[in-house]
Amino acid sequence: MKNRGLLLYALAYLAFLYMPVLVLPVFSFNNSEFIAFPLSGFTTRWYAGLAADSAMLHALGNSLKVGAATALASTLLGLLAAKAVTRNRLRGAGLALGFISLPLFIPDIVLGLSLLLLLGAVGLPLSLAAVVLGHLLVCVPFALTVLIARFEGFDPNLEEASADLGEDGWMTFWRITFPLMLPGIAASLLLTFITSFDEFLVAYFLSGTEATLPVYIWGQLRFPERLPVVLALGAIILTVSVALVICAELLRNRGVARPRVGA
Amino acid sequence: MSFLSVSRVSKSFGGAAVVDAVDLSIERGEFFALLGPSGCGKTTLLRMIGGFETPDNGTIAIDGEVMNTVPPHRRPTNMVFQNYAIFPHLNVFDNIAYGLRRLRLRKDELRARAEAMLATVRLEGLGERAAGQLSGGQRQRVALARALVREPKLLLLDEPLGALDKRLREAMQVELRAIQRKVGITFLLVTHDQEEALSLSDRVAVMGAGRILQVAAPRELYERPNCRAVADFIGDMNFFHATVRQIGDSVTVNAGLLGILALPRANLAPGIRTDDHILLAIRPEHVGFSEAGVAGEIASATFLGERSHYHVKIAGRSDPVSVSGIAPTHGTVHLVFPPDHLIGLPNA
Repeated sequence: MKNRGLLLYALAYLAFLYMPVLVLPVFSFNNSEFIAFPLSGFTTRWYAGLAADSAMLHALGNSLKVGAATALASTLLGLLAAKAVTRNRLRGAGLALGFISLPLFIPDIVLGLSLLLLLGAVGLPLSLAAVVLGHLLVCVPFALTVLIARFEGFDPNLEEASADLGEDGWMTFWRITFPLMLPGIAASLLLTFITSFDEFLVAYFLSGTEATLPVYIWGQLRFPERLPVVLALGAIILTVSVALVICAELLRNRGVARPRVGA
Repeated sequence: MSFLSVSRVSKSFGGAAVVDAVDLSIERGEFFALLGPSGCGKTTLLRMIGGFETPDNGTIAIDGEVMNTVPPHRRPTNMVFQNYAIFPHLNVFDNIAYGLRRLRLRKDELRARAEAMLATVRLEGLGERAAGQLSGGQRQRVALARALVREPKLLLLDEPLGALDKRLREAMQVELRAIQRKVGITFLLVTHDQEEALSLSDRVAVMGAGRILQVAAPRELYERPNCRAVADFIGDMNFFHATVRQIGDSVTVNAGLLGILALPRANLAPGIRTDDHILLAIRPEHVGFSEAGVAGEIASATFLGERSHYHVKIAGRSDPVSVSGIAPTHGTVHLVFPPDHLIGLPNA
């Protein structure tokens, strides 16, 4: 019964993956300040408490700002780099891509610490802007991966045809490249936004006095009575993150209809 | 100076010469074909004329203006791409009107021009159709209309019929020729299909290994190829080794198996001298069956309707002779090789 064994293994693995995550929403509806079984009844008061928490709302605002700025900047940078490596015969393109992707493999704590030291050395203050710069390092590789795949999926002859029909590079970009890249651009915006929004370590080192949401949550863990509220917040972030990633994947896979050739 | 003048143009990619010192002159209003096997450099040459590649050497001039550094969007050329490159996010009308935006026409004028072009390529009423819903033949027409609507001085066509099935291809050949006559624009077509090149064009340049081998009208190309590569590439051809004995008003050759023959002087390619070893070339349809002649054995016969195609084995020769016609018998036949149809080519 090899198949049954594999099935059990798969189920156990899924449980291992998702049980911890599900603890969050379950306890966020639990009517008790103590995080322990048995559950003691259903409540939404932790969620209601969130709406009144002005410090939390401020941190949320900070995270949205940082996420939006990071998403726009990293998608723009990714778009330029992706166009360069897919549309030109560039010497050293592979090497450049490797270097761009390297920050993905540098431990965040090392990255955060290095950035902290660097900012200190050049005399820049810790701020949300510094967080955005740090997040760019992590997000550009994601944007690049999504956008390169998209560029490779569309026919370079389309851009040549536009040039042939009298449009210069700029107008060709707006009339052909941009509309055809739009699903990829949207996917990249969502992915980089959510990556920045959920990022903790770099933000922790660089945010200074303006906490982002994950930094705020970390701070709240010192107060045991705040824990259920943090769980409610975590549950919301989890839901939104998953939803955004699903949207991004759907967009990414929505291909330009490949031309059918034949009669 | 000719309308399109390509002189000493070369292009190499990664050290390999793809186009090698090519000279080419095309007259205004001509339907001209660049014919050659894949990889012979014909598409690269076309792309240099369109501005998508820059020549390493040489000059390209259109209507007296040197084009080498002019980007594609400023050239008086338009191109029909091999895969048509129809803009997938635009409908048929917007695809065709795409290149008109730059001309700053009035709205009704733009509309009229695009509609007229839709009619020329027989796509009336399909303006609203999405690009993804077009058949192969329709895509080809949209690509053609989109390029022609700008009234280029020179239209470049890169294997425009290659993606179509055989019947559609034949119908489109007739139509392409009719459209060219109607609009009067110079057409430069790239193809590997010799039938297409011969049936469509006023003149054909045969390319091989980055060089132009021969430029001639289709009939001349077929009847008087100037080298073995051209003779081989266009149609079916039999070759025999021979030696030139004497060149006078006619040419006397010793053709071994075929005996001593006298050819018209015009059948000899230029540059051949007495005592040269040459190739005698003859088309299958010019080889005749007769009562007496070179004896051979029919090795295979293919029935083709009004005629048949035979492979005839003759003694002392490994390759069978291709013969097109109607054999009087099965088995042993006698072949004659009329000297008027034997062409003397350099043995290279």
